[in-house]
Amino acid sequence: MSILFAVLFYFATAVLVLGVGSRIRKYAKTPAPLKIPTTPAPTTRRGVVFRMIKELTIFESLFKSNKWIWLFGWLFHMGMLLVLLRHLRYFTDPVWSWVVFVQPFGKYASIAMLLGLIGLLVRRIVVDRVRYISAPSDFLMLGLLLVIGGTGAMMSFVTSADIISLKSYLLGLMVFDIRYLPNDPILLVHLASVAILMIIFPISKLLHAPGIFFSPTRNQVDNPRERRHVSAWAIKLEQK
Amino acid sequence: MAKVDYEIPELKEYPVIPKLKKDAMAHSAPYVAKEKFQTPLGYAGELVDNWQEVAIAKMGELTNKYRSLSVFLDSCVKCGACTDKCHYYLGTTDPKNMPVARQDLFRNVYRRYFTLAGKLVPKLVGAQDLTEEVLDDWYTYFHQCSQCRRCSVYCPYGIDTAEISMAAREVMATVGKGQKYCNEIIGKAQTLGNNLGLPEPALADTLEGLEEDVEEETGVAVKFPLDKKGCDVLLITPSADFFAEPHVDGLIGYAKVFHESGVSWTMSSYASEAANFGMFIGSYENMRKLALRIREAAIELGCKRIVFGECGHAWRVAYSFLNTLAGPFDFLDPAYPVPQHICEFTHDLISKDKLNFDKSENDHMTLTFHDSCNVARASRMGDEAGGQFTLPRDIINATCNNFYDMPKHAIKEGTYCCGGGGGLLTDDLMELRVKGALPRMEALKNVTENNGVTHMAAICAICKSQFSKVLPYYGFEMDQIVSVHQLVSNAIILTKDEDSVTDNEAEADDAVAVA
Repeated sequence: MSILFAVLFYFATAVLVLGVGSRIRKYAKTPAPLKIPTTPAPTTRRGVVFRMIKELTIFESLFKSNKWIWLFGWLFHMGMLLVLLRHLRYFTDPVWSWVVFVQPFGKYASIAMLLGLIGLLVRRIVVDRVRYISAPSDFLMLGLLLVIGGTGAMMSFVTSADIISLKSYLLGLMVFDIRYLPNDPILLVHLASVAILMIIFPISKLLHAPGIFFSPTRNQVDNPRERRHVSAWAIKLEQK
Repeated sequence: MAKVDYEIPELKEYPVIPKLKKDAMAHSAPYVAKEKFQTPLGYAGELVDNWQEVAIAKMGELTNKYRSLSVFLDSCVKCGACTDKCHYYLGTTDPKNMPVARQDLFRNVYRRYFTLAGKLVPKLVGAQDLTEEVLDDWYTYFHQCSQCRRCSVYCPYGIDTAEISMAAREVMATVGKGQKYCNEIIGKAQTLGNNLGLPEPALADTLEGLEEDVEEETGVAVKFPLDKKGCDVLLITPSADFFAEPHVDGLIGYAKVFHESGVSWTMSSYASEAANFGMFIGSYENMRKLALRIREAAIELGCKRIVFGECGHAWRVAYSFLNTLAGPFDFLDPAYPVPQHICEFTHDLISKDKLNFDKSENDHMTLTFHDSCNVARASRMGDEAGGQFTLPRDIINATCNNFYDMPKHAIKEGTYCCGGGGGLLTDDLMELRVKGALPRMEALKNVTENNGVTHMAAICAICKSQFSKVLPYYGFEMDQIVSVHQLVSNAIILTKDEDSVTDNEAEADDAVAVA
């Protein structure tokens, strides 16, 4: 089991890093030939950074759009962020002091994360418009995240996992030393679902995470009159 | 108003998100362009035999040329934030008019041919083969998008359906299924200089007529110069301004403002069109060809500044793209932005106290302002973000005593398209245009009842034409839509001094002071 999961995690990590890396390269390489920020847009680089920070932290556009989706989406993402930060303690020894500080918040954040996911799932089923636009994969994605969050929360609040061994196993993986992995079904389901999520990341809608940084309607400065903006392929047209 | 065989939506007190009605607009599609309109733009004359292959290759090419397309096709999480934001969905209740569903028509095909998940497990991720039915769906529903960008305001990733509908239209034109209305017009503008196909003599004649009318009415010789060399300003205005109502009243307004400013100006018969339908069909090349006419005219006439008249998408192309497509404009006066909007020009004079108005001339109207979608969400006026909202309102308030805004969700960045933008202002899409106007009509009704609003001002040729046509369907009068510079024209006090028409701005200032 230890070896099987080690192989799975090395594979998943490789797929995640290479896959997302290649998508990011594609986005970065593809030119944005025209200025298309959704206006009113910031007129300076600094303003754009502020706009992006607002999008990333408070989901500004989503807030304008729909308070329910915003609430559930925000709870889920912020909950997940804290949970992920908390998980750093399994990968660091000694544990960084700020991770120790986050620890108790991270534990309860898993509840927020699950509430958010359930809210999103209910909307997907109940609201006719959202049901119409949902593919089977959209439900499965929520299901997978619910399994990850659910098993994780169970290990925190209901059963208890052999954290000491798990940490030793994970630290071992990082230096290519395969150690003992506790044979706890809940933990194994948790780990396997995380690996699946990592593998499908670069071929699914999870690409919205790197995507938002490259979205021209959000990251462009509104200064087309002040500065001429021409892409490489458009310059070729001029030389004809 | 003609009798119609479809139901005109009812105007409600408050906006209501309608229940889905599948295929409610599946029957609506514009005429397909014939060969004679396709080939001049570089497209196949009719549907090519291996159209699937050509279409998929074109999709691949576009995702490599446009970062927007590439990112937007990957990033949608189907959260539903955009589903109730499109005026065509609100007006027609057809689920494929929800922005995400419209995008998915294209995205599902992209997934099938360009993503691993779509190749391996198409059903699971909703990927779809490019079949004839899918192509028909594209033609139907990508011509029910006015590229107004309202969805992009509300998308957490800024996904703009306009980008996808432009790409889809370019793919369709490439395989030989272009849209007649747009492509015919682009052809005219590329050869004759304007969308209406007006040759120079007809244009000169029209402008002469306007000069006579204005002089008769005001006693002042306001000029409408055409192809005059060595002027300060080259005015580029939508060709509808030369004929249509209320557009032409706006043109008279610009002329009066130029007259009072003392700045010399001219129009060009070679570039007698502000509109640029190349954008609607997603064609960089065709858009560029049209934009270059403006550059050529500016060089030929030796002008120092370029000013655009009232037109929504034209201002988007001008403000956001002109420098890219036809720049650099280093031969023009660097003291002024290139190009300027006529509202910027007028607003500047108002803020310097150089124009005199008798606001009571507009007292027979109580006004509201329709923010045109492309001006609101794809451009700017003035130096500050949001100037595209404040400048026109400042001008209205400087020229009118009675002004009220429509409800907040329907103005500024949340404004609703008139229902006729994006290359849909054609009679073969009348039902769509009527239904798409619903959200704007509801907002107008609100201020009509609560504030006694009688007229709606706009700064877009398409909006003006569209509203003249659809207002009667909702129980309004067609002349309740007015041009912003029509209000200026009504209220402006002209200097009765023949010499005020001069190239020298200082002299003109004196003349204004005397008056």
